[in-house]
Amino acid sequence: MQTLTINEKQAGEKKTTTISGSHAVMDALLKEGVKTIFGYPGGAIMPIYDALFDYPDQLQHILVRHEQGAIHAAQGFARASGKTGVVFATSGPGATNLVTGLADAMIDSTPVVCITGQVFAHLLGTDAFQETDVINITTPVTKWNHQVTDASEIPAALAKAFYIAGSGRPGPVVIDITKNAQLQMFEYEGYQKCDHIRSYRPKPEVRKQYVEEAAKLINEAERPFVIFGQGVILGGAEKEFKAFIEKAGLPAAWTIMGMSAIPTDHPLAVGMLGMHGNYGPNVLTNECDVLIAVGMRFDDRVTGRLDKYAKQAKVVHLDIDPSEIDKNVKTTVPVWGDCKETLPMLTALLEQKQHTAWFSKFGEFMDKEKEKCIDAELNPDTDIMTMGEVIKTLNELTDGDAIIVTDVGQHQMVACRYAKYKNSRSNITSGGLGTMGYALPAAIGAAFGDPSRTTVAIIGDGGFQMTIQELGTIMQYKPDVKLLILNNNFLGMVRQWQQLFHEKRYSFVDIQSPDFVQVAKGYGIPGRSISNRADLKDALKEFLSSKGTHLLEVMVGKENNVFPMVPQGRGVAEIVLSKEEI
Amino acid sequence: MQKQEFTITVYTENQVGLLNRIAIIFSRRKINIESLNTSPSEIDGVHRFTIVIDEFEELVRKLCRQIEKQVGVLKAYYNTNDEIVWQELALYKVPTDVIAEQVKVERLLSQHGAKAVVIRKDYTVFEVSGQRAETDALIKVLEPYGLIEFVRSARVAIIKESEGFHKKLTEFEYREPSEAVDENEYLDKNEEVFTM
Ligand SMILES: Cc1ncc(C[n+]2csc(CCOP(=O)(O)OP(=O)(O)O)c2C)c(N)n1
Repeated sequence: MQTLTINEKQAGEKKTTTISGSHAVMDALLKEGVKTIFGYPGGAIMPIYDALFDYPDQLQHILVRHEQGAIHAAQGFARASGKTGVVFATSGPGATNLVTGLADAMIDSTPVVCITGQVFAHLLGTDAFQETDVINITTPVTKWNHQVTDASEIPAALAKAFYIAGSGRPGPVVIDITKNAQLQMFEYEGYQKCDHIRSYRPKPEVRKQYVEEAAKLINEAERPFVIFGQGVILGGAEKEFKAFIEKAGLPAAWTIMGMSAIPTDHPLAVGMLGMHGNYGPNVLTNECDVLIAVGMRFDDRVTGRLDKYAKQAKVVHLDIDPSEIDKNVKTTVPVWGDCKETLPMLTALLEQKQHTAWFSKFGEFMDKEKEKCIDAELNPDTDIMTMGEVIKTLNELTDGDAIIVTDVGQHQMVACRYAKYKNSRSNITSGGLGTMGYALPAAIGAAFGDPSRTTVAIIGDGGFQMTIQELGTIMQYKPDVKLLILNNNFLGMVRQWQQLFHEKRYSFVDIQSPDFVQVAKGYGIPGRSISNRADLKDALKEFLSSKGTHLLEVMVGKENNVFPMVPQGRGVAEIVLSKEEI
Repeated sequence: MQKQEFTITVYTENQVGLLNRIAIIFSRRKINIESLNTSPSEIDGVHRFTIVIDEFEELVRKLCRQIEKQVGVLKAYYNTNDEIVWQELALYKVPTDVIAEQVKVERLLSQHGAKAVVIRKDYTVFEVSGQRAETDALIKVLEPYGLIEFVRSARVAIIKESEGFHKKLTEFEYREPSEAVDENEYLDKNEEVFTM
């Protein structure tokens, strides 16, 4: 009797309103602070689009030209702003078109919530029109996914989705909502954000003991070396990280994903790690005595051959994801936890130090790298333009303030090697998946994510043609993105490998391109193509200062290669500076 | 280190899709699951997976971390065979007339601890619960006598040192878990065998 009255009272106190599942979706988005959605409509998501029509002032929907564009845009949005990107897509082909972006967001830990329409619940499993098993297709490439078949589940499912996507190690989430649930009217009790799930632990508890052990190792180290990844940026721990390396005078190198967490000209910054990273950081990985990895996951493109990787070093690994500890490289001291918390704890225990002699070694390697690779790339003595000099000139004009979005290939490596950054969240690139076609839509998303900064997309002639249809999105919504095409008339990176490792058998890498300036013109986007060095600076100036989107195509050397390089299957110390050394 | 049999015990929410999420952690790495059982646990609403694989311990440890990372998974443990009590159930269908005629068969069956669960005119179904070697042995025994059908269940296992999951679950339900519930409790004990 007693419990009954309590229940009634509780029910009586809750004010409910009768709304549709679709309106519950809108309310969830508003309560989560969403303002921008990237999407594409279709049959199974029409009720959601119908509800969206009622919120023209609160929710801006960007109609892309392909769902892959929607999710890459949401990724670019998230990477530039630190907020969760949101995508709408319909069932069947709409949802399957998201898969590449989901895989990309998964491996690069990008917070994205995708809402996909699904056929009516009673049709599930009947091979209904545009029915695909979205949950099972996306399971390996999502941090979490869930199908909703009843409207009353929508608020809680979306609350969980946003919580999971954005917390801990971020990642993509798919919520698949059947059409009946979108249409269904239900008693809505209001939206409640999620902040705890019993079977999900976003951050492991920090263990003081390990922080102390790590501090001891670092204090005793003679040749300490810090390597950092995107974890610093995702944790919003840029300041904490700087304080950490500065106190103990620790030389620090970034992975491609960690890039821009500290300014590229920070006095302790020694450059980029990995296959096309800098000479010193790669070689000296195998000479340091304590290797301190912060928010990075020892990707094979960073480590080269694992049995030749930092075998001499004691390894301290700071990571929020416990499954990363010991995954590829055995750790001496695992400092698991959010680096925003662990770094200050560690810094407090460090002795103030400088490692001058050790640090100067990086300088010596840099001198050699300059002489053997960098000078020729940045100041070529032929008429043929290099990608590097374009980036160098761009640096002079942007002063490191721009967001740089790159596609995948040689231009990506050159951009990451030479671009200057002053601010965090400035390097947006497909690191883990290496998705060609990423840059154009991601740049659109970045421009919406942080309109206060200039967004420059650097794209190869191949990758540009993979998602070129998104020029239509630019035409329609006019985000301010500068499109810099580095055209070498080849699928350059594959050609480089064919030259170096396949006896120059150039198998299907001679890609032809349309007149990009004319194509852009067709979309109402002004553009210019240059092939003379004399025009470079002026063309870039015009490009950067133009109002709105502008396209600049620079014709660069057809058979230039990116060096240094750690050839696949070799150790980091076996990095080569030229093709003669391979 | 050598490959050996490990039993992985996973406590999860009772949600659609989790079976797939857990299964693909193995298939993605081309690891064959020897045996997989899902069942309720001692706690209402909490499911228990029992997975048997033949692998190196280091890999098993990594797999458990990948499993634990999945939303919906509360905890994953792995144990060697001497740390668990385990059983499988096997059913054997044999022609009834053979058993009726040959006293020897009946004796063999009772030697192996088989219990008749169904007796019909045409066939009899026997049940044996035990470990792999025991249930396998009986197949060999019955083969000459016209074994019609054989099936064996997945392994179910109880961890000897476990205190059950009630206490842990209460901890998980707190917003601020104590160190006891830390999912990384044995991360540092690299070479140590994991027990609760
Ligand atoms: C979707 C996809 N398909 C294929 C590849 C393999 N791939 C990597 S780099 C590259 C060549 C890229 O050529 P381009 O866009 O012209 O850039 P460049 O290397 O010339 O700078 C290819 C084909 C890929 N990374 N992504």
